[in-house]
Amino acid sequence: MSRRRRVALIDHQRELQYFRMRLVISGALVAIAFLGLFSRFIYLQIVQHAHYRTLAESNRITIVPIVPNRGLIIDRNGIVLAHNYSAYALEIAPSKINRDLEVLIDELSTVVEITPKDRRRFKKLLGESKSFLSLPIRNRLTDEEVARFTANHYRFPGVEINARLFRQYPGSEITSHVIGHIGRITDKDIEDLEENELLANYRGTDHIGKTGIEQKYERELHGTTGYEQVEVDASGRAVRTLARTPPISGNNLILTLDWGLQQIAAEAFGEYRGSLVAIDPNNGSVLALISKPGFDPNLFVDGIDTKSWTALNTSLDKPLINRALQGLYPPGSTFKPFMALAGLELNKRSEHYSIHDPGYYTLSGSSHQFRDWKVGGHGDVDLHRALVISCDTYFYGLANDLGIDNIYKFISRFGFGQKAGIDIGGEAPGILPSQEWKQKRFNQRWYAGETISVGIGQGYVASTPLQMAQATSILANNGTVYTPHLVNKIVNSTTNVSRSIAQPPARLVSLTPENLKIVKDAMLDVTRPGGTAALAGANAEYAFAGKTGTAQVIAIKQNQKYDERNIDERYRDHALFIAFAPAEKPTIALVVLVENGGHGSTTAAPIARQVIDYYLLGKKRTPVPAKVKEEPSD
Amino acid sequence: MIKRVLRYAYSHIDGPLLSIATLLMLVGLAALYSASGANAERVGAQAVNILVALLVMWGVANISPERLLRFAVPIYLVGIILLLGVAAFGEISKGARRWLDLGVTRIQPSELMKIAVPLLLAWYFDRYEETLRLRHFATAFLLLIIPVGLIALQPDLGTALMIAASGLYVLFLAGINWKVLIGAFIAVGAAIPIAWPLLHDYQRQRIFTMLDPTQDPLGAGYHTIQSTIALGSGGVLGKGWLNGTQAHLNFLPEPTTDFIFAVFSEEFGLLGNLVIMTLFLLVIARGLYIASNAPTLSTRLLAGAISLTFFTYVFVNMGMVSGILPVVGVPLPLISYGGTSLVTILLGFGILMSIQTNKKLVQT
Repeated sequence: MSRRRRVALIDHQRELQYFRMRLVISGALVAIAFLGLFSRFIYLQIVQHAHYRTLAESNRITIVPIVPNRGLIIDRNGIVLAHNYSAYALEIAPSKINRDLEVLIDELSTVVEITPKDRRRFKKLLGESKSFLSLPIRNRLTDEEVARFTANHYRFPGVEINARLFRQYPGSEITSHVIGHIGRITDKDIEDLEENELLANYRGTDHIGKTGIEQKYERELHGTTGYEQVEVDASGRAVRTLARTPPISGNNLILTLDWGLQQIAAEAFGEYRGSLVAIDPNNGSVLALISKPGFDPNLFVDGIDTKSWTALNTSLDKPLINRALQGLYPPGSTFKPFMALAGLELNKRSEHYSIHDPGYYTLSGSSHQFRDWKVGGHGDVDLHRALVISCDTYFYGLANDLGIDNIYKFISRFGFGQKAGIDIGGEAPGILPSQEWKQKRFNQRWYAGETISVGIGQGYVASTPLQMAQATSILANNGTVYTPHLVNKIVNSTTNVSRSIAQPPARLVSLTPENLKIVKDAMLDVTRPGGTAALAGANAEYAFAGKTGTAQVIAIKQNQKYDERNIDERYRDHALFIAFAPAEKPTIALVVLVENGGHGSTTAAPIARQVIDYYLLGKKRTPVPAKVKEEPSD
Repeated sequence: MIKRVLRYAYSHIDGPLLSIATLLMLVGLAALYSASGANAERVGAQAVNILVALLVMWGVANISPERLLRFAVPIYLVGIILLLGVAAFGEISKGARRWLDLGVTRIQPSELMKIAVPLLLAWYFDRYEETLRLRHFATAFLLLIIPVGLIALQPDLGTALMIAASGLYVLFLAGINWKVLIGAFIAVGAAIPIAWPLLHDYQRQRIFTMLDPTQDPLGAGYHTIQSTIALGSGGVLGKGWLNGTQAHLNFLPEPTTDFIFAVFSEEFGLLGNLVIMTLFLLVIARGLYIASNAPTLSTRLLAGAISLTFFTYVFVNMGMVSGILPVVGVPLPLISYGGTSLVTILLGFGILMSIQTNKKLVQT
């Protein structure tokens, strides 16, 4: 026992010595390594010092990025909706200024107008940027200002006038929600760029796409940054250029959008708020996409000032929301054609089966009355008539017979309750309810009574205008689902080679031709005498198929009557209209949603008529708006 | 009363180590202020990083080495699982898969391994102290090569090499046979032609560029050229604080992180380098001193490996900046901007302090 312990002790002692020996060896290696480093420093800082000082002090090479021109965004007919123009900017290089910047700016303002807003923006830039960069104090100088500054240039060393490219959106608020806008690069943007290894290509770039197509197609639009190898002196002033790799301009985008149509549609809304989405059912091309009111995207390019921002952000009209993609509305009676198809396809209704409508519907064993919009009812109604006069009672019964899960299964094929996948961001998925959905969302079971209002596109149903347009397009082309898209072609700006991004159909909805004909025939009669949109359809020169809808904004109590005149304008019903034409071979399918517009037949359908008249017959072509000359800001 | 609380709080702190480290961090803040273009916000953020890292250090210093070693296996296993997680679901950033998104926060498991590997190996050798054979070294090598391999595959060659170094130090200090050691070096030398085709393009590029930086002045060589100009133009006395043109005219890449030493050296010259190197040497010397006086095999190995790993960071970073080593993206400990590296380094110091002060307590 004692012997073993002694052996162990001796081992430990020897082990410790051994360890210390190795520690000493390590220490020696550390010393050698540091000596090695130090001799390298001596070599660089004493032996070669003169050489490196020359490199650093007198002349040296620096890499100056050359920012590429951002690609243009062009409508389907060649009208430019986002372009660049060159203008003069007054820039200060803080690293070359050796006096108080405030005083300098005060002096500058005697030569060129500098507003307090310009000063605030400059300060913000100064905090965010490397000091050796030139920062703009004033953008878009007038010719007179350029001349005045040039005469006084000698007083302001370190201040230069440089030609810069500015982004401009001629379509202003008419295309604000489609094109989107660019804005100054933020720290968050830099992080994202770094994540994607794109930061190097953004050296020198100040702007990046923030919303809409500008954001989604940022990579195409930006282009490749060029570089100039420049000799600079110790103060950072360029002496001469040694080599140059030219930048490659960003690609141009040709949209599916029709500027003329977009404009007609925007005008047709007048003072109303709302949204319109028109799609070519043959390929999913988005022809027009309106969200009213829009806003002036030009305000955002160089940073919006607080006052304008607050005005936009707090406006009751919510101009910053893209209603077409983010607005959720009950589809109302425009849901009925899809319900009718469900009834026919699932054999719950035949063409000639008719019901008697007393003006309300009750579930057996309940006294609750689901009321028809027409007091007293429509009398005997079959499927065709139910669509033409928009009978609610017929669809209440149909919804009950189908059951919520059958409705969900059939109608979700038309894209309700899911993102359509359009090529700009921010789309809301909307809601098409099912038993499972309610369980998940509210942890409650589904009640039979809740199915009834789904039959007329109310209750839990909530869709975006884009979804409704997409569903109408699928109905119009007999069941082919194309992903809606705004960009048609990407054109390489140097080679002019274009790359089409037309996609094959995403999927098919199988529908019986006879059933489709029944529903489409009824939708044609909607716009004919006796139909709910007869007025808007009068004298149409093409087969005009449509369906009106009205979406409740507030619930009406059981013993109350909805009276438009007694209700505040913002609580009035939304007016809806879906349409496609020409019915036999549709080339346009659309939805019109007029917020608080009352009835689909009186406000929404006429807008649809004007838009289709323009698209199919070329009526009322309006000229391109003149380029915006004076910006309200900057 | 307050005195007693303070004395208690300080009871596990090693004075010499803390004071040299603090000096270095203050030098770091001064260099950072200059490197960031007089950005006080950056310096403030780094000061917060320092406080957090000091707290971590204090916390670890108050845990006894025995208890720390009890965590060796679980920490290592968690690290390996996280590394496998990175390989399977990691987020790609800068072309490499290094981050794991846990929903709440993103973590970089390779950072954890910098501590976990020496801890595990020290624990392992201690456990088989009485019967140490060559096969134990083989097992230890296997335990080392698994995380190193996983990190090298991410690919993060810099970190993989640093962790490999920390593990090899433990093996060396544990008394691996000289013949084996020399044999291994020869084997590595022979493996280079085999490993070459397995390297990523950018890794090969780095090696080429190190051999001749002027070959690629716009790309990878740019870093090295600019940082050697910064050093060389600094001369003996330097250009003075805030006067380094290389950094301020934006010639230097990553002037606040990996290349902060170039900024420092340009402004403080050879004399500054001498001071900073002396401080680093003092840290390493103190660490080795703690190791040589540590009471048990495991604490000796741990303290030795932590000190030598710290040395490796300093050496690799300075070597990279002065152009004698490839650009591998290793920050300069206690000086470079960034919280992660600071916390890892000061955590290691906490372990050193725990080893030193607990021994004292045992003795008295």
